[in-house]
Amino acid sequence: MKKWIIMLLTVVFGVLSLTGCSDSDTASSGEKDGKVEITYGFWDKKQVPAIEEIIKLFNEKYPDIEVKTEITPYGQYFQKLETAATGGALPDVLWMNGAHVVQYAEGKVILPLSEMAEKDNYSLDNYPESLIDLYTVDGDIYGIPKDYDTTGLWYNKKIFDEAGVSYPDETWDWEKLKEVAKQLTDEEKGIWGYAALMGNQGGYYDFIWQNGGYIISEDGKSVGFDKPEAIEALEYNVSFIKEGLSPTQAQMTETAASELFSSGKIAMMFDGPWMVPEYKKNPDLNVAVVPQGKKRAVSIHGLSNVISSNTNHKEEAWKFVQFLGSKEAAEVFAKTGTVIPAYDGTQDAWKESVPNLNLQAFIDGADYSVPLPSVKNTGEIWQYETDVLKKAWSEEISIEEAAEELAKKANEALAK
Amino acid sequence: MKEVPLQTEVKSAKRIKVSSLAKTRKRSDYFWAYLMIAPTMLGLFIFYLWPIVQNFYFSFTEWGAFGQYEWTGLDNYKRLLEDATLVQAFKNTIIYIILTVPIGIYLSIIVAVLLNQNIKGKSIYRTLFFLPVITMPAAIAMVWKWLYNADYGMLNYLLSLVGIKGPQWVSDPNIALYSIIAVAIWSGIGYNMVIFLSGLQGIPKMYYEAAEIDGAGPVTVFFKITLPLLSPVIFFVTIMSLIGAFQVFDLIFMMIGKSSTALESTQSIVYLFYQHAFVLNDKGYAAAIAVLLLAVILIITSIQMVLQKKWVHYD
Repeated sequence: MKKWIIMLLTVVFGVLSLTGCSDSDTASSGEKDGKVEITYGFWDKKQVPAIEEIIKLFNEKYPDIEVKTEITPYGQYFQKLETAATGGALPDVLWMNGAHVVQYAEGKVILPLSEMAEKDNYSLDNYPESLIDLYTVDGDIYGIPKDYDTTGLWYNKKIFDEAGVSYPDETWDWEKLKEVAKQLTDEEKGIWGYAALMGNQGGYYDFIWQNGGYIISEDGKSVGFDKPEAIEALEYNVSFIKEGLSPTQAQMTETAASELFSSGKIAMMFDGPWMVPEYKKNPDLNVAVVPQGKKRAVSIHGLSNVISSNTNHKEEAWKFVQFLGSKEAAEVFAKTGTVIPAYDGTQDAWKESVPNLNLQAFIDGADYSVPLPSVKNTGEIWQYETDVLKKAWSEEISIEEAAEELAKKANEALAK
Repeated sequence: MKEVPLQTEVKSAKRIKVSSLAKTRKRSDYFWAYLMIAPTMLGLFIFYLWPIVQNFYFSFTEWGAFGQYEWTGLDNYKRLLEDATLVQAFKNTIIYIILTVPIGIYLSIIVAVLLNQNIKGKSIYRTLFFLPVITMPAAIAMVWKWLYNADYGMLNYLLSLVGIKGPQWVSDPNIALYSIIAVAIWSGIGYNMVIFLSGLQGIPKMYYEAAEIDGAGPVTVFFKITLPLLSPVIFFVTIMSLIGAFQVFDLIFMMIGKSSTALESTQSIVYLFYQHAFVLNDKGYAAAIAVLLLAVILIITSIQMVLQKKWVHYD
């Protein structure tokens, strides 16, 4: 008998503890002592302090909505979202980028916000139009812009001074960039004049646009990688590596170019405003507008906050998204200097957050910026860019071959 | 005469009682046995067997965004046949297996035999050899990635001291795979060593005593006694290492960057599977790759099961 009772109790407790687990699980994503908890998913660790401060401000207004943050590194962010979306387990509120918004909107895993915005008289006029366009799919807005970023030409003043070369300014063009890169490259000291990154935003996209080319045609059916303008731009990029003015592709995968740059091994490179928190630590670094090609162009991209369709707390999530898009929240972002806030009029505060850097360069860029193209399979096309272009960057195949192969693969993806 | 049937009756009654008792006893034993293994079995079915069945089904489908899929019949398998990257991935995996499994086993037997002797501080050595096993593969990969770094890594620094300019260990397509293999062998020795050690300690002392009396030297003892009696363990380790080597992923994922020039010459079958399933969202094709891998492992393991009769000595 005794044994029976012990067994029974074991089983009962076992089962109880199991249900206990699931109980606490549902509680964590639901209500807890009258409080509603919503989750906020994003990827950038550098923005955690700003986001924490914003949540604090938000809770002063809405003490009953608790916001739990979920950080996933960018490398895994969209893979995780994809799986979570399939299982209906997306965070209530999350970061979205331009590359994925069409896919997520068409897959109906994020909510259209137009109706709620209209009901609450929430104005979308406070954000740059290009960003609103980016997050509008079939006439509905899906994301409230959070920030934007353009690209600047970062440079190391010390290397310029030592070589007696004057700093980059808005008069620079492709030729000048090449010429100075040659002057600054110093093999003995292990200094490269420039880093020819194999990245699209703030990399070959910008050069292709500057050269009069395009990435995705206006009808969205074909890519422009194999057009002469694009090939010329790609060749210009790789020429830095060929002539020994830039680390090789292999070197840049072994040690990130940003690390080489911040430790004074690279004189100039393209990078975004998201590197400000990192680069401001080195007083030798500053930033200028990117040089021009046949015309001025720089890529612009911005993130937005979206609400997932599987949320159980639509109202609360919307309140939080509104707050994240408010001037108040934008000012927090501006003050910490992490990103350029999207809310009009708060950019100046961002610029002044790090006075010894010429952050105006990023804001100037917005005037002639081109938004990153966004279609349903942007993610797939990006993957092909990496797969194919790295072979050109490492000089395994010629630019023409790479451009042709990439265009073929990307066009197939677009036809899907 | 009368008593006899009575006795038999009693006996058979007793027997019936005993056997029915045994039966009920047995039944309740079974009940408890099943109940106790139920959680494991459930886990096995839900998390292993059911996904295998599902994976097989999905290998005949094509996936769109967010879990939509459609039946496409044998399309994925036709694609497998024409996929040059898959051939390359198989080649990489096979080079990886051919080098890691035999060298790994060879080295771990040596280490195990040496550490089975009465030497000073042998438990310290055993711990040292076992340390990589309890370290996360991700951490191992990160540390080695830095040791291997072409410009700032320790390895090339040491080489530079003797005037050699070291290669780009993890970026040069001709070398990267071998760099990974070296780490895999290094980090796998400890685990196999422990299994071999337990195998060595299971060999009865009397064989060694008899050999000593007959005047056999240490080399003869090793080849005539230790190795044959260790063969069941070697067989086990070979099968496990082979399966593990077929599924290599983490080291490659961590050590070779996504935009690395050496990716094509290092990516394994499982890496390719990951790429299709989670990066390109081509889950149907990824499922077909997984089915292919399962089939290959199954075939190779059964060949080993047949071949073992030739060389494995069960005591």
